[in-house]
Amino acid sequence: MPAPLSRVMMTATDTMPEAADRRSWAEWLDGHSGRIMVLPAVIVLLCFAIFPLIISAYLALSRFALASGGFTLKFIGLLNFRKLLVGSQQYHLLGKFGTFGFVQSALLALIAAGLLFLLARYLRRGRPTVVGTVGRLLAMAMAMGLAVLALATMAPGGVPGTVVNTLLYVFVGVSVQFALGLGLALLCGQPIRGRNFFRVLFFIPLMVTPVGIAYTFRMLADMQKGPFAPLVRAFGISEWSWATEAWSARLMVLVGDTWQWTPFMFIVLLAAIENQPRDQVEAARLDGANGFQIFRDITWPAIAPIAATVVLIRLIEAFKIIDLPNVLTGGGPGLATESMTLHSFISWRTQDLGGSAAVGYMLLFISTIVCVSFFNFVVRPARRFEA
Amino acid sequence: MSAEPRSLARRLFEPASIDSQAPVARVVTYALLFLWALVVVIPLYWVLITSFKGPGEVDNGPFYLPFVDFAPSLQAWDFMLVQNYTLRPYMNSVVVAVASTLLAVLIGSLAAYALVRIRFQVKLAAVALFLILLTAIIVAVATFGVRWEIAIVVAAALFIIALFTLVGRTRLAVGNNDIEFWIISNRIMPPIVAVLPIYVMFQQMRLLDTQVALIATYTAINLPIVVWLTRDFFAGIPLDLEESAQIDGASKFRVFFTIALPLVRSGLVATFLLVLILAWNEYLLALFLSNVDAQTMPVLVSAQNTTRGPQWWNMSVLITVMIAPVIVISSILQKHIARGLLVGAVKG
Repeated sequence: MPAPLSRVMMTATDTMPEAADRRSWAEWLDGHSGRIMVLPAVIVLLCFAIFPLIISAYLALSRFALASGGFTLKFIGLLNFRKLLVGSQQYHLLGKFGTFGFVQSALLALIAAGLLFLLARYLRRGRPTVVGTVGRLLAMAMAMGLAVLALATMAPGGVPGTVVNTLLYVFVGVSVQFALGLGLALLCGQPIRGRNFFRVLFFIPLMVTPVGIAYTFRMLADMQKGPFAPLVRAFGISEWSWATEAWSARLMVLVGDTWQWTPFMFIVLLAAIENQPRDQVEAARLDGANGFQIFRDITWPAIAPIAATVVLIRLIEAFKIIDLPNVLTGGGPGLATESMTLHSFISWRTQDLGGSAAVGYMLLFISTIVCVSFFNFVVRPARRFEA
Repeated sequence: MSAEPRSLARRLFEPASIDSQAPVARVVTYALLFLWALVVVIPLYWVLITSFKGPGEVDNGPFYLPFVDFAPSLQAWDFMLVQNYTLRPYMNSVVVAVASTLLAVLIGSLAAYALVRIRFQVKLAAVALFLILLTAIIVAVATFGVRWEIAIVVAAALFIIALFTLVGRTRLAVGNNDIEFWIISNRIMPPIVAVLPIYVMFQQMRLLDTQVALIATYTAINLPIVVWLTRDFFAGIPLDLEESAQIDGASKFRVFFTIALPLVRSGLVATFLLVLILAWNEYLLALFLSNVDAQTMPVLVSAQNTTRGPQWWNMSVLITVMIAPVIVISSILQKHIARGLLVGAVKG
């Protein structure tokens, strides 16, 4: 190791007492340089992540009220969470449950069977560990809970709350963006001219401010004055407005989100496709393999680890969505497009700090479990497969 | 090899050589790519031309081509940029984005370099103790009304005493990978969870609605990305250069600034651009932490959304000036920005 060596050399050359003084200080600095280098980052994260997280936890467990000359905080335990999950705010967070019909039960049974199958496969294959089993059970419980919630609130008579809205943006949005991004990357990965032109052009939406995108799509989707108004008139639906109906409003948010984030998938997947083994592709072509076979047997295995990672990055960011629904629809009609972050923000604006922090914590809880599960059960196996 | 003429169908559906496409496939490929190009361009085009319209051109149905079906005017530009003072939020955005990005890249790359080159061993017990004491301080101050100065002094004293007595006897320690994972995993945390206490904190420090508050917060939220990206750049440079400099007596800081940083220049540029654009576009935190004086462009646009919503021409001017620099930067430097994304995705 070079560090002790340099220390020896320094002390050996020190003769003047004054210089020695300065040297020893420099020496101390050098000896602790690792810690000093990491310290600023740790301090910043402690101040802006750990410390706020603990305070938020405290806020989520208390009732906040404005009082003369300041505010009061009263510790009330899990009451905020109870209010959100089973109390007066249940409608807001979870939504209204519809009647569970045959379709819902069948879908739920299918999901449960799938999850149980995965668990059984894990338990029977190799050696199950305690941590691995607990992690899988936790992920399964979360998946089942969210599935029940989504199915129940989307059933006839039900109204989805902010959790289901957020899940919709996350899972539907990310799937559509991934499919589109992969499709475009495959097209662009063909031996065509102008690849760089498309790459630069397709990249742009990713960099545009979401708030700007939201307003732009509001203008585009205007039924009377927007660019597609003549088309809308031709269909005779110009009296109808997408903003007044729940599903069309959600669709608009998803369209804006997809416009912005497809480029991310595209740019990374295109680079991965360009790095796939060329000689294998050519050999397969010579052997008469068709495009689909080449994709399935060569391209997909080569890009799977990267694909899994981009989806993970996108999942992490997708849970935080607020700008688009806030500007595009203001969370409306009703609560139809309100995400959990927006829910928390609205609670904060109405001085319900405890409720706001509780919603934030629920979001943290859901997104952490989903993202960590995805990392452990999808990204890691995909990478191991490659190695 | 064979001289027999290929039928028309074969010529259309089979590629002429191995690294080209069949004509039909090529047409389909280009058609689809141009379709998506339209999807990308139309919204941007619409914002741009709307900014040159007036109330009349907007309300009397859609007009598509400037000079052809409507006469462009600079009225909205004059109104938003000259009569209404949009310059201040714009400068706020510039200052906050640039300053926070510089800070995040500096702090983050220092940490990433140290985590790549120097071995760390932090006792798990010390970390746990720290967190417990932090929680205890918060509970003591918030519930029992203890003065926070006293709580901090007591906790610090307890921490130091325990550090030299109990903690030294424990074995379990966290290493470089754990520290790195912790730093990066901060990105998973939705900012909404942290923003309430940050708001209160700045309120107590009387820093709400200042650029300082935004710069500090943005530095923190973008730090994980910087560490995540730059650690791979540093891990990629050979050790020899740094070692020989250290043998010559250069300190680690000197080695970092004069040897390591210049070697990863292009990676730093990629990181810088990516973080700069993230900071430029950030909305939620600015919504909480800025009001009038430190208001940034995204907040301005969303605030005007309610008052000027129907005034498409004015809104379009705001959006155009907000996204134009980003589009220019990302078009010219696309390769560099994409490199940052790629390193992140490939190494994970």
